[in-house]
Amino acid sequence: MADLTTAADRRAARTRWLLLAPALVILVFAASGPLLITLVYSFLTPGDYGGVEWQFSWSAWFNVFMERDIFEDTLGFSDAHLSIFWRSVKLSLMTTVLCLFFGFPTAYFIATRPKKQRDLWMLLIIIPFWTNLLIRTFAVVELIRNEGTVNTVLIALGIVDEPIQMLFTEFSILVGMVYVYLPLMVLPLYASMERLDFSLVEAGYDLYASRFQVLRRVILPLVKPGVIAGSILVFVPSLGAYVTPRVMGGGNQLMIGNLIELQFGQGRNWPLGAALSITLLAIVMVALMAYVRTAGDEDPRHG
Amino acid sequence: MDRRTGVRCQYVTTAINVRNLRKVYPGQPPVVALADASIQIRDNEFFTLLGPSGCGKTTLLRLIAGFENPTSGSLEMHGQSLIELPPYKRPINTVFQSYALFPHLTVAQNISFGLEMLGKPKAEIAATVDEMMALVKMTEMADRQTSQISGGQQQRVALARALAPKPKVLLLDEPLSALDFKLRKDMQLELKRLQTETGITFIFVTHDQEEALTMSDRIAVMSAGTIRQIGGPRDIYDHPAERFVADFIGDTNFLKADVVSVAGQTAMVRLASGQTIAARTPEGADVAGSVTLAIRPEHAGIEAGSGGLLSGTLGEVVYFGTDTHYHVALPDGTAFVVRQQNRPDRADDLATGDMVSISFAPDVGQVLRD
Amino acid sequence: MASPFNIRRQTGFTTIAVTCFVLLYMPIILLVVYSFNSGNSIAIWEGFSWRWYQSAWQNEQVQEATVRSLIIALWASGISTSVAVLAALATTRTRKFKGQSAVFAMINQPLMVPEIVTAVALLIFFAMIKVATGYTGLAYLIIAHSAFCIPFAYLPIRARLQGMDLSLEQAAADLYATPFQVFRRITLPQLWPGILAGAMLAFVISLDDVVITEFVKSAGQDTLPTYMLGQLRRVVTPEINAISTVLLGISVTFVIAFTVLSKIKN
Repeated sequence: MADLTTAADRRAARTRWLLLAPALVILVFAASGPLLITLVYSFLTPGDYGGVEWQFSWSAWFNVFMERDIFEDTLGFSDAHLSIFWRSVKLSLMTTVLCLFFGFPTAYFIATRPKKQRDLWMLLIIIPFWTNLLIRTFAVVELIRNEGTVNTVLIALGIVDEPIQMLFTEFSILVGMVYVYLPLMVLPLYASMERLDFSLVEAGYDLYASRFQVLRRVILPLVKPGVIAGSILVFVPSLGAYVTPRVMGGGNQLMIGNLIELQFGQGRNWPLGAALSITLLAIVMVALMAYVRTAGDEDPRHG
Repeated sequence: MDRRTGVRCQYVTTAINVRNLRKVYPGQPPVVALADASIQIRDNEFFTLLGPSGCGKTTLLRLIAGFENPTSGSLEMHGQSLIELPPYKRPINTVFQSYALFPHLTVAQNISFGLEMLGKPKAEIAATVDEMMALVKMTEMADRQTSQISGGQQQRVALARALAPKPKVLLLDEPLSALDFKLRKDMQLELKRLQTETGITFIFVTHDQEEALTMSDRIAVMSAGTIRQIGGPRDIYDHPAERFVADFIGDTNFLKADVVSVAGQTAMVRLASGQTIAARTPEGADVAGSVTLAIRPEHAGIEAGSGGLLSGTLGEVVYFGTDTHYHVALPDGTAFVVRQQNRPDRADDLATGDMVSISFAPDVGQVLRD
Repeated sequence: MASPFNIRRQTGFTTIAVTCFVLLYMPIILLVVYSFNSGNSIAIWEGFSWRWYQSAWQNEQVQEATVRSLIIALWASGISTSVAVLAALATTRTRKFKGQSAVFAMINQPLMVPEIVTAVALLIFFAMIKVATGYTGLAYLIIAHSAFCIPFAYLPIRARLQGMDLSLEQAAADLYATPFQVFRRITLPQLWPGILAGAMLAFVISLDDVVITEFVKSAGQDTLPTYMLGQLRRVVTPEINAISTVLLGISVTFVIAFTVLSKIKN
């Protein structure tokens, strides 16, 4: 006998796709479609004045990590690219660790406030999160540049004679990234700490744990999903950061994002830019997938 | 214009005719929520679907309302198939378990919603809303927000809202489960009164056997997606057809017995003690050989000594105020409970460890279908 | 006397948290304060004045960029919210359907893919279209912004829909409301805080975008953020602070309004 539900299901499916169509059209046109074309571009030959020649070539992918010495015609790892990759990974990891160092106590502090105050404290974290990244970066620039607040104060107090060069260094990029991505660490940490059952902490103390032992043996394992989520949320955008290193690094201290941009500007090597973009995307996807997997394993509420 | 189908109330006794209705939810493995259920629900009756959670009673109700589509089978109202009709074309209304009152509308706006959707004239809507609010005694609350009234009042509004379009059939999905004990008792009487006054067929879903027994004209007991027994409250209680029904409704003693002879609805059975007694058999079932006999605790008597139908050792004696429960261990190890009403003139002379004899009248025992 | 033992305390946590809040807000507060500086410096206070707001107001480039930013943000938030409402209706409260994970991946793609990658991809794709059609107008920016605003509009609307009691819509259908009537009379009145929240979020996100705009824009299509990015290379005056303060004000207002809207009970 024919299933009476099939007709109804088919109707429902048609309605669903009709409702989804406008969003999907826009997303295909201005998100997923262009990504596929970027993948195609990474296998083409660069044009002389930007753009591409429609001719298949591996050279862009080859150039991501390697370079051919023009004088000796030997192959070697591309030191310039590798040092930029290394800087990106190093700065992103340091950003993540520093965000965790500041973010964990802050999230804990908010989670232990009386219930009515918590939303207000969280609002203080959320406001910077939704304000212009450029403006926030710029606010830090004003603070640490040679004629900025910190140096002005230091000179006025007679502590230093010359302004300390802080801007346009790796240090300034790090400060800027920690500053702009800190809310991304606090949000998931707070989410998991808010659900923390403090009777477990009481049980820990009851069983002779010291404050530090309670933190390490009780609290930390319980909020681990939040720590992982926060770390990924900070690490991923740090790795692909473009604005902060551009403004803070002043063109000397490139990260992957700036290297990519370079290929579309002075570099005039669009296929290499495309290949670098896909590489960055692949790294980010691996990190996100690792996150999804751990989140699935660690947090029974998601399982 | 009346959007509801032109189903006319003919002079037939069956309001809702459910035949071999089946609902399977896809999955691994597929879940059979309703397995080929068949019921005829009559006009003007208070019909209850009774069963534990997950037995398929709510699924059946939702199929009748049109919120779910059946996998197979037929569903008719006054001879017309409902299956192709969306919920908004079925002259059937529902009182939801959660009441589902629209939070952005007032009490009166909630009640008038269905009438507005049917495109009734304004004057008629106003009159019906007034009438309904009077019926459920909520007239003073007309302009309240639904969040500002108590649970019992919300219940009344939900009822008025479902009754306002004057449906042919009213579906009630455990409407009393959220109320406290006292309010529930009042609402049971209230619902019964409304059903009698309006003459609408009520299909009531509950897992509360007492609620089902007090309110219903007829009850369908369900379990595991199947209808186990349909009958009046007395039928169901006194003559459960199978073990599940006997167990689910009230307390029951189960005895092993052997059929000696059968005559019509009555069988002579031999008990473990060797005594023989008459017992009822379930409708349309062939009984023979070894069977299970169900006897309600209050249908049996107990006294000191031996020589009754059954004898055994008295275990615990539990005092309940209105009555006392005597737990007896029979020689073959079977437990048997006798419940006796307490009376001031009757002294409690039985004690744990006494030899006691249990007796019951012919025909109170019920042979169960296998 | 020792203070009573507090099980919630952890040594040093409060200090770090307070430091964190101070560090988070000090640069922003200084930025705002110096926007009112009467001198040319962003670090030496010379007195209060509206001077830099006036100069920003009269700066033709700023005027143009502001108008352009607003036009793009209005279009992008309008488009993304409309399609997000439809998408949320299609994907919420239904059983798992074929292609569900692909749909979610597409909707959330702008959140997962690094912005620089999306920006480059759009640059490549739109360059092809620009060559093919010769059109170089604002539509590229509007459609790019619409796309990356979709998840921001979609998430609050979806959250709202998920929080809604499905039985309300069933009750309406039971009371003879057609699917369209159910949507208009029951779903929409309860959904509007989510829709408004989504639209506001999308507006702010579009208004603040730097990276994608920087790569997609044609010559002379600066928005406020890309204009500011260009200015940072030069000697900065508190005029930038004044523009930033206005943008900050808009964001803060919208975020607070968004928070309030999300709190409205279902």
